[in-house]
Formats: sequence, structure tokens, C-alpha cells
Amino acid sequence: MTMTKPQRPNHVYFFGTCLVDLFYPEAGLAGMELLKRQGLKVVFPPKQSCCGQPARNNGYQDEARAVARVQLDAFPEDWPIVVPSGSCAGMMKTHYAELFHGTPDYDRAVAFSARVFELTEFLVDVLGVQLADKGEPVTITWHPSCHSQREAGVVEQPKALLRQLANVTLVENPREKECCGFGGAFAVRQAEISAAMVTDKVASIEETGATQVVSGDCGCLMNITGAAEKSRKGFTGRHIAEFILERCHGR
Amino acid sequence: MDAKAGKMEFGAKAHVALNDPKLRANFRRAMDGLMTKRAAQFSDQEEWEALRARGAGVRARALAQLPQLLERLEANCTANGIQVHWAETTAEANAIVLGILEAAGARRVIKGKSMVTEEMHLNAYLEANGIAAVESDLGEYIIQLAGEAPSHIVMPCIHKNKVEIAELFADKIEGQVYTENVDELTAAARAALRGSFAGADAGISGVNFAVAETGTLVLIENEGNGRLSTTLPPLHIAVTGIEKVLEKLEDVPPLLSLLPRSATGQPITTYVNMISSPRKPGEKDGPNAVHLVLLDNGRSRVHADPELGDTLRCIRCAACMNHCPVYTRVGGHTYTFTYPGPIGKLLTPQLEGLDCAGDQPHASTLCKACAEVCPVQIPIPDLLVRLRTEAVRPGAAAAVKGGGSSASVSESLGWAGWRLLYASPLVYRIGTRLLGWFGNLMPASAPMLKQWTSVRAKPKFAPKSLHELAREKGFCDE
Repeated sequence: MTMTKPQRPNHVYFFGTCLVDLFYPEAGLAGMELLKRQGLKVVFPPKQSCCGQPARNNGYQDEARAVARVQLDAFPEDWPIVVPSGSCAGMMKTHYAELFHGTPDYDRAVAFSARVFELTEFLVDVLGVQLADKGEPVTITWHPSCHSQREAGVVEQPKALLRQLANVTLVENPREKECCGFGGAFAVRQAEISAAMVTDKVASIEETGATQVVSGDCGCLMNITGAAEKSRKGFTGRHIAEFILERCHGR
Repeated sequence: MDAKAGKMEFGAKAHVALNDPKLRANFRRAMDGLMTKRAAQFSDQEEWEALRARGAGVRARALAQLPQLLERLEANCTANGIQVHWAETTAEANAIVLGILEAAGARRVIKGKSMVTEEMHLNAYLEANGIAAVESDLGEYIIQLAGEAPSHIVMPCIHKNKVEIAELFADKIEGQVYTENVDELTAAARAALRGSFAGADAGISGVNFAVAETGTLVLIENEGNGRLSTTLPPLHIAVTGIEKVLEKLEDVPPLLSLLPRSATGQPITTYVNMISSPRKPGEKDGPNAVHLVLLDNGRSRVHADPELGDTLRCIRCAACMNHCPVYTRVGGHTYTFTYPGPIGKLLTPQLEGLDCAGDQPHASTLCKACAEVCPVQIPIPDLLVRLRTEAVRPGAAAAVKGGGSSASVSESLGWAGWRLLYASPLVYRIGTRLLGWFGNLMPASAPMLKQWTSVRAKPKFAPKSLHELAREKGFCDE
């Protein structure tokens, strides 16, 4: 299958996600900086909020639609929408069609979905960025979110970026593809199972010997680093945008 | 089962399973092995995608004409000399099986592996009616000795390790000396089962595929016990769900390739049985009579929904549970009902009702590992979301039994509040500002945070939101 590479735009929208907004704003800011440093005009529409996934996944489709509709309104120009989360990007790419099926917003929801890119996907596939590592040597491991891998279809791009960094040793976690146990409300509804999953995930990261786990999703990061902190593990976590910006542009 | 009890059981059983290190180690080891074996079978991504698309197509085509195909199956089976019976409920199916056995004067039954008969709790029913049924699949034999239910649909005793089986055999098989040697254990089961095969008045089996075009029952297995159960006794009763029908004989090969490779990582099973009729004049083996019992038990209702109907594509390979991070940790018995894992939490609430098994669709992170490996492309996570929706706001058609049973005023209010916050930019601006200022004052014992902080540090609201930072850095201007 040949995919035509999307043309490099002049403008991009940035959708920060609700979790980044409140808990990891530096990761969002780093994502915007990376795009800006590629010569793009980056616009963060202030009317944005959440992709609607929490309500959708819990069975509250009307509420999910109402919140998703606000996003359809908030990004009026025909620019790419770049998202620093595979999970939210997956929701916006793959579930808006079904969410708006049979409503007057269907056509624009489908058009909206086609404009959504996960951040590393956009950096690699559209911009073809080249990174120059200025950081100290470090050993890291990558944690892909389930929705990034299996919904947004983003698997190789973040690793391709990390491999560009000369002083970064990327070690593979043999259990990399396994869910960390976050799952939104799952972490509360099935708290014990979620706890068992994240405990295993943290142990598998520790076994790699990495001092940092890098991910493209803050839900996973909040879960993994929260468990690592509580059990005093010897690694920290970082969103990939922040990690790259810091190493290449020394913020 | 009492609806409320069924609902409560998942969490309580998960708690027990999670705190059983031996059980967890058994499942982890077994699932790791199965995942590795499957991956080796499907190393060619293109071949896999093409084959599963074909498998899904075959199953979808059969389900699209289910009533007609079932009629054709009945006609062709009947023409072949196989007597066909229809059962709306498990009680009816049990009564039909008992009736056939009693009419033949059968007292001793040998069984091949069949999940549908587990769904019917057939063994207990037969026993209550004075008929002894012995399971002949090694795994089923082991759990029957232990008085347990299957914990996996392909490997029913996967929750037990070698030592546990050695202890069980020494305890339950007469004259058995304790041994952990797998060959010796297998030989002990084999020796014990030989007598049961030879003395059986009837054999009962499941069906993997029922071919409408030819009236053929396809049965796959690895131990030869399926062939013995269906050929040695004078009477064979095959029991299956109505969804197992296929249109044509040529539909079998792609599924025959997908099923064992997905299930156990085998290119094909050791035995592939194609049963087309009772013993014909001049033939030297085979039963004198073959019966096919077709069970509905809620499947018609599942089939009637265009979206949820995809559940019935399932060919029971168990790849979804082998790859499920939840199943791997809690094991099959946590799911209470016959079918565990992702396909179980999708199928069980539809068969038993959301009022009875409403917790199960929520026992998933929607990680999609199951959908990734499903050989017939069942979108399990999306269908679980559909069930979650039906549980709180049933569609007009009341598609699912027990729909609306999880509707709760407090939960609805919570989501109304969520909507208010995220659908109104002004409320969002004020609300998130307040959370930034005061959110970190919430004690770790607050609802939801309490569960979160059981193994994790408390998340910290950033002093300034991305909205504020973006505004300050000039990203909000066009």
C-alpha cells in the first residue's frame, strides 16, 4: 500500500488533551515548541477541552458527543490537528465517525478525524524531523500506549525519533506491548486488577535497567510513574516531547 | 443465578485470584508460552491479515444467512442419517440429550471436549438422572477429577501446574503412585480412560464447524479422544450452538488454518474429524446413530443486533484470553460463567443478562490486545463499550437482556457534571483554574483517589494549566 505523504503545512493546530492540560502542561508546551522549531505556526485554540473518550468508554455516548462537538467547533481551519497522546488521537481518528453517526455533524466529524495526527507520527511522517542530541548519555526504555499502538497505529515513529538521539541508549522492555493497567475508570472500577498490572509493568521496566521510561501518553505515565514513585523504584518517567526538546534544544 | 450475586462475584473472585501467587504464576507462564507459539505461526503479517480477513468473511457470510443455513444443515444432516434436534434453552438441550440416552438405554457416557455442554452444565444434569459422563479430553478429565470447571476454553486445566496434577492423580486414581513425570501422568489418565471408552454406551461431543452444504460436522482435537468418543460407542450425540454453522465445505480450510494456529500455535491439530453420517452398511466402525443438538440459549437475540451479532463469529480459539492482561492475572474461574476472558465478558452478559454479568464488560482496559489477535476480526473492545452503553442507557430496541440495569442517578449526575465542565469553555476555564489552585488539597483518601493511591503516588495538578501557559507563550493567537 502506498501512502501519499501529507504535504508540509504552514499552520498546525495543537490539541493539548485534558490530562496534559491539568497534570502535564510542560509536555504539551514541549510538543508545541518542537513543532514551532520546525518553522510551523502553531495554534492552540483556547476553546478546546477533551476528546470525549472518558464518557464514550464508560457508555455515556450523549455526553461524549456533546464534548466532542465542542472540539469540532474549536478547530475551524483546515489545518492538521496534532495531539501529544496516542489515546486521544486514536479516539479522534477512529471513533468520531461512529459517535456522530446519524447526526448533522457526521460529515465534519469525519473530515476532522482525517486531520488528526499523533505528535510523533506528525514529526516523523509529515515533517521528517532530524534531531541533534545535545544531552548526556542515558539509558531509557519506551512505553507505547495501547491506543497508540492499536488504535492510532503509531508504533515505529516514536522509536525512530528516540533512535536519532546519539547519546540515548534505547533498551527494549520484553513486555513493552502489554497494557500498564491504566484504562481510565478501569483503574478505579477494577482497582485491584489495575494495581496488579501496573506493579508488573513497573517491575518489567526496572528489569530493563533503564533510568527513564519515555512514553507518548500521559495516562500511562501517570499510572507508571505514580506506581514507581510509591514503590521507590529507580526510574522516572517523561513524555517524549519533553524528553526530546530538553535533549535537543536544552530547554 | 441471582443477578446481584453474579454481579458481585467478579471483583470478589478477582481479589482471591490476585492474591494466589501460584495461580498467577501458572497463568503467566502458560499465556507467555501460548503467545510465543502463536506469534511464530503468524510471522508473516501480510499472510495473517489476508487469512483473518478471509476467516472473518466466511463467518460473517454464514451469520448473514443463519436461519437459511440452519435449515439447510438440518435437511442435509437428516438426508445423511444424522437426527437433528433444536433447543431454545439449556434446559431443553439437557432434556433432549437425556431423552436420546434413555431411549437407547445408555447409562455410561464418554465425552469429548465441548464448551456448549459446559454452558448446559450437562454432566451434573446427567448425573442427577443416573447417568455417568466421563470427560476424555485430558484437561477436562483432570478438572472433572478435581470437581472444577474449565478455566480456559481450549486448555481447561491450564490453571493447574504439574505438581497439582500429580497430587490430584495420586489422590483420585486408584492405585496411582505419586509422580511428577508428565509421561507417566498422561499414561495413568490414558489407562483409566481406556475402560471408559470401551464401556461407554454413548459418546457426546462438541462441534467446531457444522457445514450446511454437506451436513458435515467438523471436530478438531489433539488426543484422539474425540475420534474415539464419536466412533467407538454405538451412539454419538453432538451438541453445538446454532452459530457454528458454515455455508460450504470450502469454508472450512481457512478456519482450520486460523483456529489451531491462533489457539495453540500448531499448524493443524493432530486429528480433524469430519462426521457425515452414522455407520453405513458394510462399514467396520462408527456409531449406529448420530444426533445433532443445536442450542440457541440467547444466541438468536445476539444475532438480531447488527453490531453485537459479530460476537457470534467466534470460533473459540481462545487467542483473546491468551493475550488478555486481565485474564492472565485473574484466571478463568474469576469469570464465574462458562466463557472467560475477552470473548466471555462480551458473550456472557448477552447470554445471561447485563443485570447478572454487568461487571464483566468493565473488566477491561480496552487495550485491544484481543482485537489484534482475533482470527475472525471481532471488534471486542468496541462491543464491550456498546455493552457498557446498553447497561446504563439501553437502546430503543432493548437489544441486550438486562439492559439499563446499571443505570444510576449518581453516576449520571457525575457524567452530567463532566459534560458541563468540558463542553463549556467558560466553565472549563473557571473549573480548571480552581482545580489548579485547590485540587492538590484533596486527601488521598478521597473517593477514587483512594483506589488510585493504593499502589500509586497522588497525581499532582500543575500550578498552571496548558491553557494558561499557551496563552502566555502566544500560542493562542492565530
